[in-house]
Amino acid sequence: MSSILFDAPGPKARTRYRLLGVLTALVILLIIGFVILRFAESGQFDAKKWQLFTFPLVQQTIAQSVGATLSAFATAAVLSLVLGILLAFGRLSDRKWISLPCYGFTELFRAVPLLILMMIFYYGLPTVGVQGITPFTAVVAGLVLYNGSVLAEVFRAGIESLPRGQSEAGYAIGLPKSAVMTSILLPQAVRAMLPVIISQLVVILKDTALGFIVTYNEILFQAKFFGSQSQYGSPIIPAAIVAAVLYVGMCLILAALAKWLEKRLSRKPGAAVIPAAAVPAEV
Amino acid sequence: MNTLLNNSDLFVTGFRNTLILFFFSAIFALILGTIVASLRVSPVPAMRAAATSYVNIVRNTPLTLVLFFFALGYPKLGLVPIDFTTAAIIGLSLYTATYVAEAVRSGINTVPVGQAEAARAIGLPFTQTLTLVILPQAFRAVIPPMFSVFIALLKNTTVAAGFSVFEAGAIRANLSERGEPALTGLLWVALVFIILVFMLSVLQRKLEQKWKVTR
Repeated sequence: MSSILFDAPGPKARTRYRLLGVLTALVILLIIGFVILRFAESGQFDAKKWQLFTFPLVQQTIAQSVGATLSAFATAAVLSLVLGILLAFGRLSDRKWISLPCYGFTELFRAVPLLILMMIFYYGLPTVGVQGITPFTAVVAGLVLYNGSVLAEVFRAGIESLPRGQSEAGYAIGLPKSAVMTSILLPQAVRAMLPVIISQLVVILKDTALGFIVTYNEILFQAKFFGSQSQYGSPIIPAAIVAAVLYVGMCLILAALAKWLEKRLSRKPGAAVIPAAAVPAEV
Repeated sequence: MNTLLNNSDLFVTGFRNTLILFFFSAIFALILGTIVASLRVSPVPAMRAAATSYVNIVRNTPLTLVLFFFALGYPKLGLVPIDFTTAAIIGLSLYTATYVAEAVRSGINTVPVGQAEAARAIGLPFTQTLTLVILPQAFRAVIPPMFSVFIALLKNTTVAAGFSVFEAGAIRANLSERGEPALTGLLWVALVFIILVFMLSVLQRKLEQKWKVTR
């Protein structure tokens, strides 16, 4: 492996690197070992603490909570993509009375913390007489408003990154602006921005965990419930481990999909894939 | 307005704690993130692998889960007891550090190749090439993404409200105990966040101009 940051290692450097590598591995093993030892010593691996998770009913409930997380994710993902496209079109509109409100909307909802948005929906709106707000609607509404605004910026950046000739050619063959947008610019922008869009979808998936705080029945909420069952020794750490495996697993699958798509798209000639690093990350 | 004025004590303590969380987490995340980014470009494969797996695992874990572990799981381990604020700062720093690391790494990539080549040509070893030549230039290039990370961190501090830290996200619960309207309180909280985020963006623009790289 050669890099611009360091010379190709000679025999001395190679020994030094090997030594440092062994040292790094040792330090990491030490840290992991310490954590596992602590877990073991405080009885986190006791059969009693994990017994709860062997019951079929408990497993069923966890499966249901995964379903709840995924349904919130899927609904929010689809709606935020739609909202993102609409807002991006709005911001690129020639009419000031359309583009200015869209600009204000995206800036506003990007600045308010997602959790506060969810709380406004869940705790705030019912006090002024809005009926029928379930935790699910609060979570999805918060996710859609925030991520829709973020995705709007992504789509806009994608459309603006295209060569001018694309839209000019569209106008030259007599297409109206709406057709230029939807059938020429948008497909290319989506293609160019696909890695960023998918990493934003990973963010949506992760942020469904905020539903825990507004009592949405998702993975973390169930994990806390099972983790506080004192007759099974309050297995909060086993529950956290189960939740972590589920979340990291789901996110890695999505991330792997992103990588696969990026590779696939960059293989095709003429496809301008913008590396994810070029666009500021939203967390 | 009355909700804000009659409960100014709640709002002031809440946002003071939010800023404390933000300030300490930002500093620790910046330090840790820079170290992780340096490890990711280091010549030692084991260091690269360790830093990469840290970033990949933590980036794919929800922040809520990280805080969940530190606030609720950690006390069960029988280690040095920490209060909820410290737990939240540790969780936020570890989580945000991965995003800082990615930002710094993308900054390292934007530094022209000639800079590193020149540094190597005058015989600087890797650590000096990185710390004296590359990183100072990389930091200037990554101000916009770095500030998006910090703005996200500021907003993410609200998650700590779910784990017994009294900060801006917890103002609502305390307001409703006093019988104040929840919606008004939440809208005020949102407004203060909008102002804080705006102030950070102004700072970002100032720093961008001050540290502009002239090539």
